[in-house]
Amino acid sequence: MYDIYTETSLRYDPDRCINCRRCTQVCPHAVFTEGPDRAELARPSACMECGACALNCPVQAITVQSGVGCAWAMIAAALRGKDMDTESSCGGNDGSCCG
Amino acid sequence: MDGREETGPRCSCLPGPQAQSCCGSTGSAPAEEVRTATSRITLANRLDHLLARWGWNREGHRVEPGLYRLSRPAADSPVFASANYTLSFDALRSALVGVDAWILVLDTKGINVWCAAGKGTFGTDELVRRIRAAGLESVVSHRKIIVPQLGAPGIAAPEVARRSGFAVEYGPVRARDLPEYLKTHTAIPAMRRVEFPIADRIVLAPVELVLALPMFLAAIVLWYLAGPVAALAAASAILTGTVLFPILLPFVPTRDFSTKGLILGAIVALPFAFSFGTSPALPSWAAALSAVTVLLIMPAVVAYLALNFTGSSTFTSRTGVKKEIFRYVPVMAVMVVAGLLAGIALGASRLMGVI
Repeated sequence: MYDIYTETSLRYDPDRCINCRRCTQVCPHAVFTEGPDRAELARPSACMECGACALNCPVQAITVQSGVGCAWAMIAAALRGKDMDTESSCGGNDGSCCG
Repeated sequence: MDGREETGPRCSCLPGPQAQSCCGSTGSAPAEEVRTATSRITLANRLDHLLARWGWNREGHRVEPGLYRLSRPAADSPVFASANYTLSFDALRSALVGVDAWILVLDTKGINVWCAAGKGTFGTDELVRRIRAAGLESVVSHRKIIVPQLGAPGIAAPEVARRSGFAVEYGPVRARDLPEYLKTHTAIPAMRRVEFPIADRIVLAPVELVLALPMFLAAIVLWYLAGPVAALAAASAILTGTVLFPILLPFVPTRDFSTKGLILGAIVALPFAFSFGTSPALPSWAAALSAVTVLLIMPAVVAYLALNFTGSSTFTSRTGVKKEIFRYVPVMAVMVVAGLLAGIALGASRLMGVI
């Protein structure tokens, strides 16, 4: 209860994994850990959907709908009549929280 | 910035710091000049960092994109990628004291590495473009570039290798771990993890506060409409949401930012609710309504500011934040509207001489 962050869009197909360990290098929250033969999805609920793992996986074993978890940007996009998922811009604008 | 522009040609057969001669190289002649940087952080740099932290001239804290020489790099010296945001660039160069290196600064429009990676400006295209523009293949004898781990959301390493011939090596999250990392080029798990310690949370508070400055107008208006205690309540709510919330983030129960904000806002509202609720100058019904007004509006305001802190945090997902918005913003809106209606009723009663 009161933990809305348990579900993410991260999907992992271990059958495709070639154990290059790139995902374990780029994930800032240790969502993936090294296994004996392939990467293991150890902490899926810790995924912040940054997309680093999917972008760097050479065999497309990982998919995720990446984006920035920024309420300010998403609400601003909604107020401008834009799509919250694809048209919210975080950073680079006056008033944004990114620097 | 402590990067000095070099006016002479970068690729030179003359002896000197830039002795990585391109003579005999099969690469094309370098197109861009190489600037020089040091590891020293000056007083001017620190002032720039302070202004950046306070949100002054948000997009103006930039260094020139391109290739930099740190100390006396040679052809076999490591190459690091960075953003053209002064805090990012300065964190990198100051961590490399005594290291001869090349720094390739990408044009991220003055945005830090992680945010720029999320936007794609610290990305594959820009990295490949900068490698080519700097003629990096003729500057160094190896084909490896160390990219900050938090740049990975924008960089497709396999594609960089295919398009530029340079292999991406992801360095640690924090630049300060680079000296240890460079000993083995292996990051221990702690170097790969993003934490959000109190120091990192506190440095974000000034920008949050600056962004919320317009809200203090409400406190000024309240001073005239409802007195100094009401104004103090408004200011307290804003300060709680922008300063106290980041500080207390891990200590407030629940994981959702909105509920954390509601809890913190309710705690801060209690003294004000007690003050209004026990006011001898008000009839009991008006005192009770005043207390309810405070308990409705203050937690909602703090919760909204807390929700907006998701973008500054290091762990919230887009999916989760979107769910938070749809679940809690309507609750906040109802609370604020109900509180405002109660406040208007109190104001009208006061104008009509009822209280």
